[in-house]
Amino acid sequence: MPNVPPEPQARIAYRDAVREALREALEADPRVFLMGEDVGRYGGSYAVSKGLLEEFGPERIRDTPLSESAFVGAGIGAALGGMRPIVEIMTVNFSLLALDQIVNNAATLSHMSGGQLNVPLVIRLATGAGRQLAAQHSHSLEGWYAHIPGLRIAVPATLEDARFMLGAALACPDPVLLFEHLYLYNLEGTLLPGVRQVDLDHAAIRRPGRDVTLITYGWSLYKCLDAAETLARESIEAEVIDLRTLRPLDEATFIESVRRTRRAVVIDEGWRSGSLSAEIISRIIEQAFYDLDAPPARVCTAEVPVPYAKHLEDAALPSAERIVTVVRAVLAGGGSD
Amino acid sequence: MSTAPAVPLEREHALALMRQMLRIRVFEDRCYQLYGQMKIRGFLHLYNGEEAVAVGALTPLRDSDAIVATYREHGHAIVRGIPMTRVMAELYGKQSGCSRGRGGSMHLFDAERRFFGGNAIVAGGLPIAVGLALAAKLQARADVTVCFFGDGAVAEGEFHESLNLASLWTLPVLFICENNLYAMGTALQRAQAETDVTAKAGAYRIEARAVDGMDVLAVESAVRDAVAKMRRDGAPALLEMRTYRFRAHSMFDPQLYRDKAEIEAWQKKGPIVTLSTRLRASGLMSEDDYQRLERDALTEVDAAVQFAESAPWEAVSDLERYVYAERTA
Repeated sequence: MPNVPPEPQARIAYRDAVREALREALEADPRVFLMGEDVGRYGGSYAVSKGLLEEFGPERIRDTPLSESAFVGAGIGAALGGMRPIVEIMTVNFSLLALDQIVNNAATLSHMSGGQLNVPLVIRLATGAGRQLAAQHSHSLEGWYAHIPGLRIAVPATLEDARFMLGAALACPDPVLLFEHLYLYNLEGTLLPGVRQVDLDHAAIRRPGRDVTLITYGWSLYKCLDAAETLARESIEAEVIDLRTLRPLDEATFIESVRRTRRAVVIDEGWRSGSLSAEIISRIIEQAFYDLDAPPARVCTAEVPVPYAKHLEDAALPSAERIVTVVRAVLAGGGSD
Repeated sequence: MSTAPAVPLEREHALALMRQMLRIRVFEDRCYQLYGQMKIRGFLHLYNGEEAVAVGALTPLRDSDAIVATYREHGHAIVRGIPMTRVMAELYGKQSGCSRGRGGSMHLFDAERRFFGGNAIVAGGLPIAVGLALAAKLQARADVTVCFFGDGAVAEGEFHESLNLASLWTLPVLFICENNLYAMGTALQRAQAETDVTAKAGAYRIEARAVDGMDVLAVESAVRDAVAKMRRDGAPALLEMRTYRFRAHSMFDPQLYRDKAEIEAWQKKGPIVTLSTRLRASGLMSEDDYQRLERDALTEVDAAVQFAESAPWEAVSDLERYVYAERTA
């Protein structure tokens, strides 16, 4: 066999990976179309859909008025009518204007109709803080949406998930909300060769370890990986789990990990009270209590509307330093953030 | 306000309209009784007095058209062809109900008949109707979507967002406002600076007309014309049906907000009595005809009650089914 060197992988940014996913979906299925505020002529407020209008035309790349409720509801109706709409909501904070449609309609129609209807709608939302956008553009409400039966909540953190999760969401007959952390749009790297599709069902162990399990998702994944590097220099081997989907939660993966490492720290950019991190720790306590060597701990966003000033915003958000501190405390026998 | 056309009415057609209105009236009266007997629970919103709107609006439609209705939708469901047995079974909360007992009175569905609910959030159905029409347009189908809502919906943002989007994108949605003068207990003039609903449609460049919603012939004619035009030009339209509900908003409403005299005045021009008088005067319907139609409706409702009584309950073990789709997209 001739010795063919592997084709060098081109570097790609997260936003380009999402755009490639959109392009692939639009090419593959005439039922797919994209709509949202400034997705067309403007090119997407985070430049994700740049160029797609020219490529696919205004029927399939639809600029909407600033009417979140109407265009999300129209996405639901179009899905009921046999299309595969992708709705972009500029930030998760704006999705609150469409909450009626998402919670009262998209999430309920299948069950309330006794299984006659289903809503194959994909909603993409930018989420998260870190860009000094203050309290109406920086919140992480994905854990909130994960409270709602009938929705599927997915969070692509890696380039591979940015590139292929959309396809999995479109193949799903249920409404799927894809939360893209705005800090990740500039993330650059090369796609793992050989990955052509991903699922919406499983968490992923992004770094194996034996001493503590860090459970996270989204931008916080990278803070956890940084923290794990620091901890490794102290001979603490942290296992890092990327949840990938927040509903349904792949509890089997994190419970198995916690049983092995006997310690758990949850890192969530959402607030602590009534949160996804609380849910994860509850499940750990319910299912792995006797396997634990220390109380589980959490690193969450401070319970304030995210502030503008950089030093205040930084102080409010989970950081690698805080994760390291909390892990050390957990290994010492206990202590949350 | 547009009224009945001067075109000659055929006997068969006239009797068919009367039959449908009587089916609704008798069904609703029975629901009222069954609620008192605690066979039906939850919120129950009856359609007495407004029958002409559902009958006149749904009669001219095709099977491939889509319908979005409100929580006061028993009449629309029945006229659309959902068997009365399955509607009644749903009100009983039975497995044989048209939503398998998960929706109840406010959430009747029938995917096959393109009946997309039964929406209990005021104005919540309008964006969905816009989307159904968008799908039809993108698929190059000549189908229209008919979206019912009450005068209360006109105060919601979703009404305005939806009208704007439908007009901006030229989508075939027929918005039908069932203006019965009260949003629960709040009279239109107490909630709206502009009480003319058609004027609001004008702001979105949507053609709109007010129609005598107590006259089934006027409703049918207005909808037939609007839908015919819509199949040609694909543009949305709005019809404001001026109507009145004879019964309370729901079963928990002592009706402190309106006079008995007002109700009685409207009852005198009720849709059934209006059509009945006209048909008798013109010789298109005899007393025997009327008696037969009413008897048939009673028989059908009796059978529906019997069906609902003997229908099975959904197994509790199936409680969590259908939260997510059980079939592939």
